[in-house]
Amino acid sequence: MLTEFGRIFLFMIVGAAFTAIGLFVAWLLRPHRPYPSKLATYECGEAPLGDTRVRFNVRFYVVALIFLIFDVEVVFLFPWATVYRQLGWFAFVEMLVFLVILLVGYAYVWRKGDLDWDKPSQRIARYNRGVGVNEPHLTEDEVAV
Amino acid sequence: MGLLDQQFENSNIIITTLDDVLNWARLSSLWGMQFGLACCAIEMMATGASHYDLDRFGTFFRSSPRQADVMIVAGTVTLKMASRVRTLYDQMSEPRYVISMGSCANCGGPYWEHGYHVLKGVDRVIPVDVYVPGCPPRPEALMEGFLKLQEKIRTETRVKKTA
Repeated sequence: MLTEFGRIFLFMIVGAAFTAIGLFVAWLLRPHRPYPSKLATYECGEAPLGDTRVRFNVRFYVVALIFLIFDVEVVFLFPWATVYRQLGWFAFVEMLVFLVILLVGYAYVWRKGDLDWDKPSQRIARYNRGVGVNEPHLTEDEVAV
Repeated sequence: MGLLDQQFENSNIIITTLDDVLNWARLSSLWGMQFGLACCAIEMMATGASHYDLDRFGTFFRSSPRQADVMIVAGTVTLKMASRVRTLYDQMSEPRYVISMGSCANCGGPYWEHGYHVLKGVDRVIPVDVYVPGCPPRPEALMEGFLKLQEKIRTETRVKKTA
């Protein structure tokens, strides 16, 4: 007689056999005519550029960490809000301490400049109509904004 | 290596019933590739939408050529786009089919004479199975194109080598 886990084992065997048979039949019947263009990385019909493994800027890591911390804060805030009426001032003070600790961390991150996002300086050509000049032109002094 | 697919010179091995089943399976779920080139694509979208409902033929659109069976070349194929269309066709997994939709894709259409930038028929870069005439073809015409393609798939054989 099968135990409860025996039935699960039976399911695992049937599942594995089902997959294996399906793959085997597909191997029998499928066309297999590979060539470089067919195997190339799909980039909407364009020629693939560069490596598939792209490195992200390390600053995303810091942002992700900060996000995680405040995400968890919200996760704690919701159950706190549901029992707030029963616990009264005790809950309020507890949460206040928790929030202040997080705020200290937030101030630290802010002070350290992790929230600053370096932007490439944009160069905008100043438009100068010119008086008595038929053709509008761009002045030489492009200003960095 | 596929064991049976197009491995035999003539039909010494007959797998008629299996062929029937596989052809039925293939023609009943022709997944299209989701890309449009010009105004014909609007008609193609209308064909896929609820009023004409291409889903009842088992066709719906996939965003990746790896998952698509049929490519509908819907619209004007410019010379710039032709190489991309070729690449997309290459990247589809076999068996793959092509429906050329509208006059532009069929032969260049209104750009036949003076269209310096238009490919005169998409069959110059990829093999086409079904041509749907019209400028643009009505959704019914595209659906008939799918029915014609289904007829073609219904007579396919697996093991015999194709020309």
